[in-house]
Amino acid sequence: MIRFLLKGILHDRHRSLMPLIVITIGVALTVLGHAWIQGVMGEAYTMSAHFATGHLKVMTRAYADDQGQMPVDLALTGSSGLTERLAAEMPEIDWAPRIRFGGLIDFPDSAGETRAQGPVAGYAIDLLSPATREPGRFNLPEALLSGRMPRDAREALLTHDFAEKFAVQPGDPFTFFGSTMEGSLAFYNFTVAGTVRFGSEVLDHGAFIIDLTAGQQALAMQDAAGEILGFFRSGYFDARAAQRLTDRFNSSQPAGTDEFAPVMITMRDQEGMAQLMDYTNAIGSIMVLLFVVAMSVVLWNTGLIGGLRRHGEFGVRLALGEEKGHIYRSLIGEALLIGLIGSVTGTLLGLGLAWYMQVVGLDIGDAMKASTMMVPAVVRTRISATDFWIGFLPGLLSMTLGNALSGLRIYRRDTAQLFKELEA
Amino acid sequence: MKCNILCLILVLAAGSVPAQTAGEIIRKIDDNLSARNRVTESAMTIHGRRGSRTLTAKSYAEGTRKAFTEYLSPAAERGTKMLKLEGQLWIYSPGTDRTVQISGHLLRQSVMGSDLSYEDMMDDRKLAEIYEPLIAGEEELDGRPVWILELSARVSDAAYPRQKLWVDRERFVPLRQELYARSGKLLKTALLSDLQRVGGRWYPMQVLYKDMLKQGKGTEFRTIQIAFDQAIPEWIFSKAALKQ
Repeated sequence: MIRFLLKGILHDRHRSLMPLIVITIGVALTVLGHAWIQGVMGEAYTMSAHFATGHLKVMTRAYADDQGQMPVDLALTGSSGLTERLAAEMPEIDWAPRIRFGGLIDFPDSAGETRAQGPVAGYAIDLLSPATREPGRFNLPEALLSGRMPRDAREALLTHDFAEKFAVQPGDPFTFFGSTMEGSLAFYNFTVAGTVRFGSEVLDHGAFIIDLTAGQQALAMQDAAGEILGFFRSGYFDARAAQRLTDRFNSSQPAGTDEFAPVMITMRDQEGMAQLMDYTNAIGSIMVLLFVVAMSVVLWNTGLIGGLRRHGEFGVRLALGEEKGHIYRSLIGEALLIGLIGSVTGTLLGLGLAWYMQVVGLDIGDAMKASTMMVPAVVRTRISATDFWIGFLPGLLSMTLGNALSGLRIYRRDTAQLFKELEA
Repeated sequence: MKCNILCLILVLAAGSVPAQTAGEIIRKIDDNLSARNRVTESAMTIHGRRGSRTLTAKSYAEGTRKAFTEYLSPAAERGTKMLKLEGQLWIYSPGTDRTVQISGHLLRQSVMGSDLSYEDMMDDRKLAEIYEPLIAGEEELDGRPVWILELSARVSDAAYPRQKLWVDRERFVPLRQELYARSGKLLKTALLSDLQRVGGRWYPMQVLYKDMLKQGKGTEFRTIQIAFDQAIPEWIFSKAALKQ
């Protein structure tokens, strides 16, 4: 039966070509659209987690209220002891103390006078410990465009665009100028070890990365850190587990009004991330839903038109004595086959396009130049298990449903009138 | 009867203070607070959210265009020097042996974590040069009769477009100062106290500054020693002096 229907579909292109094209394109676009949303948002979340929010973050209450300002004066003291405690209590999390700070970089001329200056965002992270995972989180080995990774606390990485703007090369000295934890002037000399490009306009505009010990030295923050970031060892943010750990830690802290007591928050609770996550999830779901509904309506319509177009054929078959139920079942069978072929082809095409976009990506750097959001300059799709069925099921069902509805007319045909209809 | 006579004398004495125009008042304030040059030793106590710390410094200023400050303590700040020359500011750090020029928006940053900005330190022009004054009222402040002056900037580069001063009517020194943004937002306050006679003028030896946009209890600026119209060697106001 299936072979018979398949032969009919292949030989009668009027019956199959248009629905196949519609299903293939619709399914492919659904798969690509879903992979695109997953990829863009996934990359943005990963980047935000690695660079700014972590999956969990511990800081002082005062710092938490004002963390957008990178207030080193409100930093955590006794950070090494606290990090050890966190590691012992929550072994599933990898903890990383960091200092984020702002200031000015001053490039000297040959006489030691100011040649050029620029404002920077500084990141003091664990670059030099043997077991550190921080360079990987910042993607530093891959982001390195010139020079090499720092080998000691007096060396720094500059973002490439910033270095180019001020005509700075690896090996050149510079002075960081800012404020220490207690508000004094912070002056510290560094040498450029290398330049990096993160692929985020917000970061590449002007940032430098130094070892945590250098940051503590430069900002007079001995055994202090602005924040301690926690990352699930799985690499993925688990909202429920994060909330459970946060509740446990915060309830273990003494109640009171000490603004320098540590507090833990999850990635979702930071810098508008909850709204962003909910908003993008909602937008993503709506986009996919609209796409699926639109495709279903088109295919349904195709099925209906196909069913009506074959009005004469069904009349002849009924006149020849074929049962109404048999005709109806064969119509559904054909629709299922066309839906299956179109869905398989569309899913494969969609996955192929998504894979290409995952490997090559799309450069949106120019469009994001003025953006303050941490979004990668090259966005990529991300293929997930959902992509294998998200277009497949609507492609299969909508065509079948359309044919099933239009085919109901078969049961309303009066055999006695058939020859009159055919003569007409 | 004795009391009535005494009261009459007091009323007549009060009435004998000549009427002042707003312009005359700020010129007299300038006469008290500005000088051809001055040498100052000061202690600045910054009351931050984590605690207080005190810095001592020695400063030389000539007119409104040249100033040099060397920090004497604590150890972390000792040897840090600042030079203001013709509207430009340089800072020397002995730890890095670098001289860095401060300009642009950085001038609005806090000096050493205090409630004062570099701009506050640099803008030493006379009030009469910058503001158009208006007497808004009279009242008593801490037992002293004061005029309330409202100042509006008549130059475009004033750090604070509006000020409100409570000026001691006998000593011509502001006892309270409110500094406003163009929008009318109160940015800083200063409480001036411990007025002393120095070289024939009244001078506030203590000022409590408060940046209203910052948490903390403000910055106390105490003048330990001040001398006006001294012979200051010209080399002090040079970049070479920063590294000496």
